[in-house]
Amino acid sequence: MDYNWDWGVFFKSTGIGQEIYLDWFVSGLGWTIAVALIGWLIALFLGSVLGVLRTVPNRWLSGLATAYVELFRNVPLLVQLFIWYFLIPDLLPEPIEMWFKQDLNPATSAYLSVVVCLGLFTAARVCEQVRTGIQALPKGQAAAAYALGFKLPQIYSQILLPQAFRIIIPPLTSEFLNIFKNSSVASLIGLMELLAQTKQTAEFTANLFEAFTLATIIYFTLNMSLMLLMRWVEKKVAVPGLISVGGK
Amino acid sequence: MSVLLELRHISQRYAAQEIVKSLSLQLEQGEIGCLLGHSGCGKTTVLRCIAGFEPIHDGEILLKQQPISRPNQSVPPHQRQIGMVFQDYALFPHLSVADNIGFGLHQHTAPQRQQRITELLELVGLTAHAQAYPHELSGGQQQRVALARALAPKPQLLLLDEPFSNLDVALRERLGQEVREILKREQMTAILVTHDQHEAFAIADQIGVMQAGQIVQWATPYELYHQPANRFVADFVGKGVFVSGTITGSRCVEIEFGEICRVDLDSRGFAVGSRVEVLLRPDDVVHDDFSPLKAQVVNRAFQGEVFLYTLALASGQQVLATVASHHNHRIGEWIGIKLDLDHLIAFPS
Repeated sequence: MDYNWDWGVFFKSTGIGQEIYLDWFVSGLGWTIAVALIGWLIALFLGSVLGVLRTVPNRWLSGLATAYVELFRNVPLLVQLFIWYFLIPDLLPEPIEMWFKQDLNPATSAYLSVVVCLGLFTAARVCEQVRTGIQALPKGQAAAAYALGFKLPQIYSQILLPQAFRIIIPPLTSEFLNIFKNSSVASLIGLMELLAQTKQTAEFTANLFEAFTLATIIYFTLNMSLMLLMRWVEKKVAVPGLISVGGK
Repeated sequence: MSVLLELRHISQRYAAQEIVKSLSLQLEQGEIGCLLGHSGCGKTTVLRCIAGFEPIHDGEILLKQQPISRPNQSVPPHQRQIGMVFQDYALFPHLSVADNIGFGLHQHTAPQRQQRITELLELVGLTAHAQAYPHELSGGQQQRVALARALAPKPQLLLLDEPFSNLDVALRERLGQEVREILKREQMTAILVTHDQHEAFAIADQIGVMQAGQIVQWATPYELYHQPANRFVADFVGKGVFVSGTITGSRCVEIEFGEICRVDLDSRGFAVGSRVEVLLRPDDVVHDDFSPLKAQVVNRAFQGEVFLYTLALASGQQVLATVASHHNHRIGEWIGIKLDLDHLIAFPS
């Protein structure tokens, strides 16, 4: 292949103000992190609530949570994003619709759509992990807390969830990394996150290989650091003697 | 003494199968009861009914004269003030020993809670392990944490579900005694469920032998062993063999060992000439070199201080005998034996 690599391209001016191309990547990374982190907070909270609901002894509540999981797990992420961005605003009351479409900065409306979409999509996956974590615990745990005078909400918060979350840290880590990778769908509704900035740089400079190589390195480094962080968390909260910790 | 727990004709079904059949029992304040039976006899189900984990379909359960379970009406487990020690202990693995013990003390103030934890750690001898996690402890220590955790909120009644089944035999017997002492010191009323009679003997004041969802005999360990109510209890509790015999008089029975006449026989009300089965415990058959009655050693089990010999009489009838272990006889050898019956246990054949 005859290609002249030019790594200096990232330090060239974009021709817009004082910006160099590297600034675009930094700004893109910022959006990626903002989308993924807020989406993750929604997913973790909602997923935990749904996971608990799937295990409570009430057919209506567990049925509701099951329906949620099936709906969000069986529709492609991209379809869900388009629904949130293009269709849902039209279904909202007129003043909210107008506010969303006209008053909001286009970046903000795209950001809201993608955060809600990723949060709700990932919640279904977190829900399943929380459920399996709870169900992996011996039945005696809840019974023992019952016999000591505790009610169901306390049993979940003090006995079942603290143990379930420790068990599911490894699969939860991979969902956490997934939401960072999935955040790249935001580029399709015009949010200038990392992938969108990469494409833009490639188009502006024609240095396609450099741009995508840098994006790859950034995604990889980001996810690798998150994985190491989660491993550290796992070790930090591990219960002595209970389960062997990853990496040991 | 007053009755703390009363079960009145309770029944429990799974689908069409009746697990517990019109079972009744009473437990006095401070007494330790035991349900003893093979697996599947319904003993654990009874315990779970008392704890409130299972509904009952007939009868009622009363705690201090207050109904806690009736068909379609049941006080939830967390309001019963009944503690439970689980078969697998169900310790909370993410909490330290001290926090496990203190878990049920959520209505106490912090200093009260700490005081009770210290008290219980001392009671079960685990003060040095207060900050350890359950999985860092041995099985016996975990068992004692489970006991302390259940005792901490001072429940009205303590239930123990096969509490020693995960421990080795030597530890089981020692812990049995220890648990009894701890329960008595805390003046705790308790019910234990087990299939192991040694465990039952070591801990309980009263034992109910269960068969097919019913209590067939409720008695002290001594009575169960020496005055079993029927053949099932006689077979299940202790070792022994049945030899057939014939009633020869108002207080006499003829068996292969000869005619035995005893005062306690006529209370059973057998007619002269009727065939009976007489229970011979290993301690009823005594080795005596000068006895005219001889039996051949078929098998022997060395148990330390004693041998448990399986002996065959001339007719082929086998009996068991415990003999001090310095009487070391080979298999096949004929040895003199005689009967040393303190009282007679006979059932119609």
